[in-house]
Amino acid sequence: MPERVKTVEVRCTVNGEERTLHAYPMARLLDVLREELRLTGTKEGCGEGECGACSVLVDGALVNSCLVPVLQVEGATIKTIEGVANAEQLHAVQEAFISCGGAQCGICTPGMVLAAVNLLERVPEPDAAAIRNGLAGNLCRCTGYMKIFEAVVRACQTNGEQA
Amino acid sequence: MRAYLPAYELKTPRDLNDALDMLAREPGVWRPFAGGTDLMVLFEAGKLAHQKFINIWNLPELRGSETTAAHVTLGALTTYTDVQAHDVLQSEFPLLCHAASETGGLAIQNRGTLGGNIANASPAADSPPAFLVYDAELELVSQSGARWLSYQDFHTGYKQMLMRPDELLRAIRLPRAMKGWRQYYRKVGTRRAQAISKVCFAGAANVEQGQVREIRLALGSVAPTVVRCLKTEEFLKGRQLDDATISAARAELMKEIAPIDDIRSTANYRLRVAANVLEEFLSQLRNGDDHSA
Repeated sequence: MPERVKTVEVRCTVNGEERTLHAYPMARLLDVLREELRLTGTKEGCGEGECGACSVLVDGALVNSCLVPVLQVEGATIKTIEGVANAEQLHAVQEAFISCGGAQCGICTPGMVLAAVNLLERVPEPDAAAIRNGLAGNLCRCTGYMKIFEAVVRACQTNGEQA
Repeated sequence: MRAYLPAYELKTPRDLNDALDMLAREPGVWRPFAGGTDLMVLFEAGKLAHQKFINIWNLPELRGSETTAAHVTLGALTTYTDVQAHDVLQSEFPLLCHAASETGGLAIQNRGTLGGNIANASPAADSPPAFLVYDAELELVSQSGARWLSYQDFHTGYKQMLMRPDELLRAIRLPRAMKGWRQYYRKVGTRRAQAISKVCFAGAANVEQGQVREIRLALGSVAPTVVRCLKTEEFLKGRQLDDATISAARAELMKEIAPIDDIRSTANYRLRVAANVLEEFLSQLRNGDDHSA
């Protein structure tokens, strides 16, 4: 057997709760979220940073959780798809994905929603180019993107009406 | 096959000094690990041969930027997102900003670092052609001190560079000397988002009345390292930008570079496309199009 390194404790905040994770230091954040915390909303698509299915927010920044070793989230604040809705109240982006039919098989949806939520946090009124750019790292093989795009536009409108 | 996870060590040093100490005590045993956007891909594919890494992601000494009258100095951990948000880079170094905006999607731009793009030493990296055009300098630090070297001399062969195993890339310095230069950047990939380059071109020129005073041309993905095209530059210097010059410059460039066939493209395609983007740049210079990166 090859040499085994020691597992580490990593303290971080996940969806508002303080957690202590136990894992090998190079374990992918994706796997620790899914397997240790049972937050299986985060999906694995390509596993190489191309598709965005595993997108989560780390300290407010969109990242591919398949490319982040868990050791690097010590002290960080993480938001996964499970932390986007406020209890039973869906986020405006989630509502818009439902009303516009912005999902089919659903594998890209958690990452797509997080990318859209992050976009609207950074740019509350994005133009078409900004929406395309904000979602450029998230691939969808079902929808052809137009309904997702419409959902982001709808979410901006809803946000505007609420404001 | 996936990597055997328990075989991989990743340690967070207390500070820069501690990191340099680890590198010096066991030279070659520890390697730096920054944003992980390339290493984690190799890791997951079971192709990451090295197994002991120092997590440098949180070292403040490698972050931030400093702007003086003469230079902009960027910490090695400056991300592509940081680059795009930097006012002086946006106004004076558009090639670097353009490269940063076309490297992966947002999630990659939030983690990928300039230092990693340089030290990972891929000939297909997007920011190095810009660094060549800007005459960037690199600061390497170790327990025996700091040294600066020209980025142009840094890569000596495929994945080979002038960095000792006990050294860490701390900063990248750009001279603020591009006033009046016309700048051009073009990345050619399979698609616009998330693709790795087939050809990547950065150019800058000082042109007066259609005559080339000074010109710098750099290309990625056409040689074992990112390259400055000195012969083509020399050919163009002092010439009037007419059809004959542009056509001859194409031929010069095609003699100067020697791309290969690989999974992303063919040598023939790369040669043609490199000449085409050079032609596009020179035509814009001739026409006085206001196109900067």
